[in-house]
Amino acid sequence: MKEILEELESRRSIAALGGGAKRIAAQHNRGKLTARERIELLLDRGSFEEFDTFVQHRCIDFGMETQKIPGDGVVTGWGTVNGRQVFVFAKDFTVFGGSLSEEHARKITKIQDMALKTRAPIIGLFDAGGARIQEGVAALGGYGEVFKRNVTSSGVIPQISLIMGPCAGGDVYSPAMTDFIFMVRDTSYMFVTGPDVVKTVTNETVTSEELGGAKVHTTKSSVADGSYENDVEMLLQTRRLIDFLPLNNQSGVPEWPSFDDPLREDESLDTLIPENPNKPYDIKELILKLADEGDFFEIQATFAKNIVTGFGRVEGRTVGFVANQPMVLAGVLDADASRKAARFVRFCDAFEIPIVTLVDVPGFLPGTAQEYGGLIKHGAKLLFAYSQATVPLVTVITRKAFGGAYDVMASKHVGGDVNYAWPTAQIAVMGAKGAVEIIFRADMGDPDKIATQTKNYEQRFLSPFVAAERGYVDEVIMPKTTRKRIARALAMLRSKQVEQPLKKHDNLPL
Amino acid sequence: MFSKILIANRGEIACRVIKTARKMGIKTVAVYSDADKDALHVEMADEAVHIGPAPAAQSYLIADKIIEACKKTGAEAVHPGYGFLSERASFPQALAEHGIVFIGPNPHAIEAMGDKIESKKAAAAANVSTVPGYLGVIESGAEAAKIADEIGYPVMIKASAGGGGKGMRIAYSREEVQDGFDRAKSEAKSSFGDDRVFVEKFIVDPRHIEIQVLGDKHGNVLYLGERECSIQRRNQKVVEEAPSPLLDEATRRKMGEQAVALAKAVGYDSAGTVEFVAGQDKSFYFLEMNTRLQVEHPVTELITGIDLVEQMIRVAAGEKLAFTQDDIKLNGWAVESRIYAEDPYRNFLPSIGRLVRYRPPAEGKTGDITVRNDTGVYEGGEISLYYDPMIAKLVTHAPTRAEAIEAQADALDAFAIDGIGHNIPFLSALMAHERWKSGQLSTGFIAEEYPDGFHARAPEGELIHQISAVAAVIDHVQNARKRHISGQMMGKPVTFDTHRVVHLGGSHALIVASCEIADVDGGYKVQMFEDDGTPGHVHVLASGWTPGEPVWRGTIDGVPAALQVRPVLNGVALAYRGVATEARVFTAREAELCALMPVKEASAGGKELLCPMPGLVVSIAVQPGQEVKAGEALAVVEAMKMENVLRAERDGVIKSVLAKPGDSLAVDAVILEFA
Repeated sequence: MKEILEELESRRSIAALGGGAKRIAAQHNRGKLTARERIELLLDRGSFEEFDTFVQHRCIDFGMETQKIPGDGVVTGWGTVNGRQVFVFAKDFTVFGGSLSEEHARKITKIQDMALKTRAPIIGLFDAGGARIQEGVAALGGYGEVFKRNVTSSGVIPQISLIMGPCAGGDVYSPAMTDFIFMVRDTSYMFVTGPDVVKTVTNETVTSEELGGAKVHTTKSSVADGSYENDVEMLLQTRRLIDFLPLNNQSGVPEWPSFDDPLREDESLDTLIPENPNKPYDIKELILKLADEGDFFEIQATFAKNIVTGFGRVEGRTVGFVANQPMVLAGVLDADASRKAARFVRFCDAFEIPIVTLVDVPGFLPGTAQEYGGLIKHGAKLLFAYSQATVPLVTVITRKAFGGAYDVMASKHVGGDVNYAWPTAQIAVMGAKGAVEIIFRADMGDPDKIATQTKNYEQRFLSPFVAAERGYVDEVIMPKTTRKRIARALAMLRSKQVEQPLKKHDNLPL
Repeated sequence: MFSKILIANRGEIACRVIKTARKMGIKTVAVYSDADKDALHVEMADEAVHIGPAPAAQSYLIADKIIEACKKTGAEAVHPGYGFLSERASFPQALAEHGIVFIGPNPHAIEAMGDKIESKKAAAAANVSTVPGYLGVIESGAEAAKIADEIGYPVMIKASAGGGGKGMRIAYSREEVQDGFDRAKSEAKSSFGDDRVFVEKFIVDPRHIEIQVLGDKHGNVLYLGERECSIQRRNQKVVEEAPSPLLDEATRRKMGEQAVALAKAVGYDSAGTVEFVAGQDKSFYFLEMNTRLQVEHPVTELITGIDLVEQMIRVAAGEKLAFTQDDIKLNGWAVESRIYAEDPYRNFLPSIGRLVRYRPPAEGKTGDITVRNDTGVYEGGEISLYYDPMIAKLVTHAPTRAEAIEAQADALDAFAIDGIGHNIPFLSALMAHERWKSGQLSTGFIAEEYPDGFHARAPEGELIHQISAVAAVIDHVQNARKRHISGQMMGKPVTFDTHRVVHLGGSHALIVASCEIADVDGGYKVQMFEDDGTPGHVHVLASGWTPGEPVWRGTIDGVPAALQVRPVLNGVALAYRGVATEARVFTAREAELCALMPVKEASAGGKELLCPMPGLVVSIAVQPGQEVKAGEALAVVEAMKMENVLRAERDGVIKSVLAKPGDSLAVDAVILEFA
């Protein structure tokens, strides 16, 4: 009997070594951890339960029948993050370069099915060489099975992809359909076709880093939501992110005891808006002073910085923050910012995370580059996302709310539940100069008249009170009381219920 | 007594004067420029009058505007503070013409002491010890050399009208005198429009010691002990104390009596300061007299118990001093740090901007320790480029010098400022400096002890243990909360490893400390381990700190301590006793895997500064060849009618500047190149 039990242990220890000591050392030399080490860091100590440890591929072509390693290039299972259940799969680069075979795919889909069934988040760790070419179409079929499940789970359970090594070809589309992608700087890259193919097809010479490194995807393509210096940093930050996320779309946001008084007033906010309307200020200061303990997990921090998105907490409960950033491009809405915020708003809405929107927006960015780039449709995405959201929406206009961008930014008209404005708010169709030049075009030759009219316009419209007179803002509030106001509004909205007409799904302007 | 006074100043000193006036039941009027519309002194005063645009030359320095403000508000007297109009003899004269009282000395006294040569002559006449030298006008280099031979080397050649080290030269030989004389003369001419220079003995390792005097309009003058202000950076006082660790009672009396003699000789009738340069042998020589309230007056107030501003107001109103020299007793020790908006890590470059956080330590008396913070700013306020970048004067008083220094170090540790660079890290390191603690001072202290500028102290010895233990406790508090997150699956909260490994990293090499943490009654027990795993020190900490608080206040082994805490990725940045470090607390396994992570060179960053948005270049702050530090402003670009400051991402040298103000740039247009 003892030998039988021991056999399990010995088989396990062989499996635990993956591709063997030599390949593990090579993995370490590349500055990367192994799949099992990564899972160890991601999950609570001792909480990982592995599935399919002994699964092997069934390929008999190209000599593969002689190369079999238990696990087949992916480690799967479940465990907890601060006691909360999550599912995880981690590509094992030491085994067949982490390449995806039919069995490998089946291990992943098993976990995906289980995650969906039990309504728990799933985290994929990517570090692999793509499809197992020896298996041909069987591998491609495997990909498809994974993709399909990504889509089925979308909006039901949070799905997070961590890119911790190569991720190319078929491997990129599973992450692309998850909620968040994070990359490790210098040791990870993502692309559909690699530098060699690029060279052959377009004669372009490009390195993997230039083509699909963390910098590219966090600043140019916006494929990734953030990047980290190394594996350890990323995995610990992923734990932090999971603390913000609901387990599924019906669980409600997680809650923990807050050390920060929800009624706290902050006098310094009364001076946040500079005297000079052309001077920027950092909207992140406001977010940090509104959120519990100044704890804010920013999403897409380095892309479209004219809008800030991320998670914080109020009264210990997760809140999504969306805020125009006057420090960058005056906080204007352009195509990138609209897409970035739209995606974030939809994530929050899907998972019942209330959204706090901080508005200081001079409008949409003019120009051919924007219009040719489809600003209309991209801007519409954000408008659509807010209009469709049924989660509690609390909006604070700090300064400018001009033109169509006013409507877009969670205004009362598109579904804002509680809309506040600071006394410094300017809610208008446009700035005074532009408005007067249109309304009083005939007087353009008379600078005195124009100056008078500009002043009149400023006095009448560049304030929150015209909007307040119409009930477009529910109340004009002192900046220092903003946290208190938001906390109370969110508490009041906790029981919010919205009836939606029956539909299969909407038709977001993609 | 006056019923209403005006304070012709701004910032902390205006606030300081208002406090005393209020205590005396006198109404106050503040004046303010455009830049100070929302300043603290404006808010504190009973009334405030706008006196012009931000530059001082168009507002605070215009006597007529002050007089106008007095008339408008009915203020009977003006306190000038320090700087601005405080030492212009014409100002009290002008006030007098309008029947307004100047809370300061009479104009003759100001005039007599205003000129360096004239004041030295007056001092010599009053038998005040002066630096051996020649006070007459020197015509030629040869004459200067002859004088230098007589007084002995080294000598200093100095502009008569000079100040702040300008036009000052030290010569160790006859040849150097001749050469230095011509250059000092031309420099004096170009800097001050006055080419008179004089020659005097140069004191080696001098100390700056000054006597506070106080006179009334009835011929009484007293001295209120001394202050030592030897800790200076480029002739700017940084730390002051009272009394001086150098002086004994006899020297103090001698200096005090000479200072009084000089004050009496010029008919001095307010608070003033007689500055001396002192040799390490307690020899002392008259330097100059400042005919105003000094910045560092609080240290004198704390050791004498006398409110100098109150005395100035009383004597200005004609009252006699209510005490005599015999009543003046020096009690304990006071240390003052000037907290400046300047970045010590970037060669003390001025730093301006919004005070995102400003939380000074609690003021008041606890046991023997007094903490006082004279300030003119508040959280959310702005440090503007128009005025002196001083944020606050932090003063501590205790029975002994060592205790006062310790209290100062504690108070600095508890002082939280964010949003701008400030010199607290430097001041904290200074408070821990052995030579400062020993009192072996000279005005060259900072230049000698920090020849390559200031770098944060690396944690060492006991500090490693203390900082690691606090980091472990902070991590423990955070973990304890995580145990209470909702949605856990097993019905009982997850447990955490109590064995932790602390990584301290920053500009210094990584320091690893291993410990075991446990909750004990009213606090935490942190068992440290040696490198070989054997148990080392045990520290007991107590603190009510919770996440989000910028200052960790508590006790380490029963000793009160305060550490600055700011979140960083996966850890906290801690500052304590001049040490600034990032602390990350791991489980043993995490630490083990951390060790496998590659050490990356700081990314080189771009070789160019690119325009991040389409916009108009407003200004370029640098020139080719200029060295810049990370975070320094390089250019301002206006886009969407908003000014965006572009800053250096790393240290470097500017190779070329390709854009100029007024240029309209596209995205990614090159503004300048780095070498």
